[in-house]
Amino acid sequence: MKRLLIPLLTSFGLLVALPAAAQDDVVTLVTHDSFAISESVIQAFQAETGYTLEILRAGDAGILVNQSVLSAGNPLGDVLFGVDNTFLTRALDGDIFLPYASPALEDVPESLQLDADENRVTPIDFGDVCLNYDAEFFAAAGAPPVPESLDALTDPAYAGLLTVQHPATSSPGLAFLMATIAAFGDSDDTDGYTYLDFWRDLAANDVYISEGWTDAYYGQFSGAAGNEGTRPLVVSYASSPAAEVYYAESAPEVQPTGAITGPGTCFRQIEFAGILDGTDNEAGAQALIDFMLTPAFQEDMPLNMFVYPVIPDAVIPQVFADTVTLSDEPVSLDPALIDANRERWIQEWVETVLQ
Amino acid sequence: MGRNSSAIRRRLSQAAFGAALAAPLLFLLAFFVNPLASIFGVSFIRADGGLDLSGFLNIASSSYYRNILAFTAVQAVISTAVTMAIAVPCALVFARYQFRGKSTLLSLATLPFVLPPVVVAAAFIALLGERGLVNDMLLAIGASDDALLRIERTFGLILLAHVFYNVPVALRILVAFLANQSGTPEEAGRMLGANRRQVFRFISVPLLRPALLSAALIVFIFCFSSFGIVLILGGPQFATLEVEIYRQAAGIFNLPLAGALAVVQLGAMLLAMSAYLASTRRTAALYSGKRAARPIRTVRDRIAVACAVVLLGILLFTPLAAILIRAISPDGTVTLRYFALLAQVPRASVLAVPAVQTIGTSLVIACVAAILSVGLGTALSLLIRQTSGRLGRLVDTVTMLPLATSAVTLGFGFIIALSRPPLDLRSSFWMIPIAHTLIGLPFVVRSVLPSLQSIPRSINEAALLLGARPAQRVLYVDIPLVRRALLVGAAFAFTTSLGEFGAGLFLARPNTPTISTAIYRFLGQPGINNYGQAYALSAMLLLVCLLCFLLIERFRPADASEL
Repeated sequence: MKRLLIPLLTSFGLLVALPAAAQDDVVTLVTHDSFAISESVIQAFQAETGYTLEILRAGDAGILVNQSVLSAGNPLGDVLFGVDNTFLTRALDGDIFLPYASPALEDVPESLQLDADENRVTPIDFGDVCLNYDAEFFAAAGAPPVPESLDALTDPAYAGLLTVQHPATSSPGLAFLMATIAAFGDSDDTDGYTYLDFWRDLAANDVYISEGWTDAYYGQFSGAAGNEGTRPLVVSYASSPAAEVYYAESAPEVQPTGAITGPGTCFRQIEFAGILDGTDNEAGAQALIDFMLTPAFQEDMPLNMFVYPVIPDAVIPQVFADTVTLSDEPVSLDPALIDANRERWIQEWVETVLQ
Repeated sequence: MGRNSSAIRRRLSQAAFGAALAAPLLFLLAFFVNPLASIFGVSFIRADGGLDLSGFLNIASSSYYRNILAFTAVQAVISTAVTMAIAVPCALVFARYQFRGKSTLLSLATLPFVLPPVVVAAAFIALLGERGLVNDMLLAIGASDDALLRIERTFGLILLAHVFYNVPVALRILVAFLANQSGTPEEAGRMLGANRRQVFRFISVPLLRPALLSAALIVFIFCFSSFGIVLILGGPQFATLEVEIYRQAAGIFNLPLAGALAVVQLGAMLLAMSAYLASTRRTAALYSGKRAARPIRTVRDRIAVACAVVLLGILLFTPLAAILIRAISPDGTVTLRYFALLAQVPRASVLAVPAVQTIGTSLVIACVAAILSVGLGTALSLLIRQTSGRLGRLVDTVTMLPLATSAVTLGFGFIIALSRPPLDLRSSFWMIPIAHTLIGLPFVVRSVLPSLQSIPRSINEAALLLGARPAQRVLYVDIPLVRRALLVGAAFAFTTSLGEFGAGLFLARPNTPTISTAIYRFLGQPGINNYGQAYALSAMLLLVCLLCFLLIERFRPADASEL
């Protein structure tokens, strides 16, 4: 027994100690499931800075932020990317970031810098969360027209056509909920129809609730190439149609999907990166933040994550210019207002929609 | 001088022995009482120290939470009723008739008990999902040109999975009870002129009642605290208390509300658990003896046995077959591609590591959890045997408490209790193994304690007379005598840890996912690669569990208690 015990304990000890052994030439990026970037850009980062980049996907944006708040001071990695303006205040209140003002911030429009005083987070990209539609479905004879406003979705003609994401587990889901609050008013609104009335009607109209964006878009939406989804309307991004064209096996004659970008239908989402407090490689983390604002990274994002660069000089790919219209009048809510009400909104939404 | 030093040595050895016995109590204090206290803390106490009942008020005032409570209870009642409706007739058939393959089928029927919830959920999606095998078959024979069976995300699918899980549990309890119940009362009734129906109605049923109650209660407990099945098969529309605790804590981050829900869950489980323990005390056979099963004679016998065997066969083995089929053929063509994919990290994979690595992670965790559970469980069992009367019963009950505390509650408690000094384990490897140790502990004690208690006192007294010290008596007398029970307890703890999901979901870090959390991530992502990998991984986990199960069956003492 004793002879067995010592090697056993040693091997467990090793197992425990190994992951803790820090390598100071590695920068770990903690991010959400939808993060993607070209291999060549990763190589360029390694060549330019000498750091090896490791990518850790922790779940959807909400879970990513919660997990980081729970492990504040003892983080999973060095840099967190993927906290957006709907979760920003929670992350900032959780005290998980070290301030860092990248020199490249000079070029970023001020409207995107939501923590300009302290620079705990750095804006990296933005995009509009919008409804996407399956063009083929709506072109068919007998199909209703593409809805142009959020109101239209409660029309029985669109019954069973829409998939949205659960706002508690998905950031586009939360963003879309915000858009409906901006459009129809909070529940304490006294002038009649509130966002909860809208959602009640939507639930009666057989809306499908997905846990996250990937399931909604690739699992349920009928417009995404090569999947068996059955619903022609989904909450996604204004730029998603560009992805469908870009990844199509042969250039499609007509655009397979479109985004509905009418006034008041889209929510502008800004994604940030920040250096996690407790990192053992602060220099590497700063190098990564700087790198994320270089043209190499900024110009690679659109076709990988289908978001817009925050650096105005970054060249936008042609397919974006051809297929994407950003909303003229996107909705945005003040992060402090969001933070004060987020839980109540989700709670009310859950009670209304999932009853 | 010599006498003195030997007395000191004896005293020292006694102190060491006492410390060894106290270790499990300290362990329970740090890793069980402490997290639970933290949950009470976040649910009752505001940041400024005042009393906070907002979480409870929220639950009481909102119809949403009342509905969740109601759903949790109602689904558990329905699941229990359907389970018993299948298990009772089958148990009667198994107890009455002797037929070939009976004992094999009976022990195979316990298999679901060791299967991870993620695997069971995956199995039902593979079998009855919209793109499942049954729909494929219906399409193939042209019964329909669209998926005919649409029960994904309905209560029906949850119910089926609960029945699959629990029929074996009820069956095993009932058959064991019936087999040890003497047939004398029934024979006496017949001799006194009662007909068959009267005997059944007035003698058999009342005699069976305590066992029925205890089986129904344990099934109710399992269904009431169901997590993985409801989370995966139910979709966002369905939530048991367990699922809602997870959503509130991990998704919405409303810790006071999650804490309040956990307190409610804990209270309900304690009630059910004490009712169950009380009921098991009454199942000690009234008229114990062996009932001889009779061979099949008439056509009626034959039909009864055939029905029971076919029903159990379909219920238990089609979902498992569905997993294996989907693992090698997720989309109709036979391929081993998805097993190969497990060794890679495909671009944009939801896992940061090759999926095959999660098997290693889970095996190491399960080994550590099994070793810790056996060590602590043995010490606790010795302690319970040593302390007689009320104190012993108290320790006994405390040991069973982790069984009443759901894994989700435990995971949640760990997250909030063990992430700050003096016990900061957040980034440590130990979080999950320790949680799994707590979950495995009751199994080990249930297995070891009866064996320890059955050791005749005279053997220990003989050892004492021959001059053996307490530690020597334990090492050289008790442990060798209960080694089979130890092995069974270890295998149970190992298997439970391997498939554990609720605590793992809270505690696993993205760079070291467990096999269950990996399957869950794959199942939640669309696309054939994720689907294929989910089933390839499920099949591998299924096979490992099968091996553990065979080990348990091989070494289980014939008279071991059922839980």
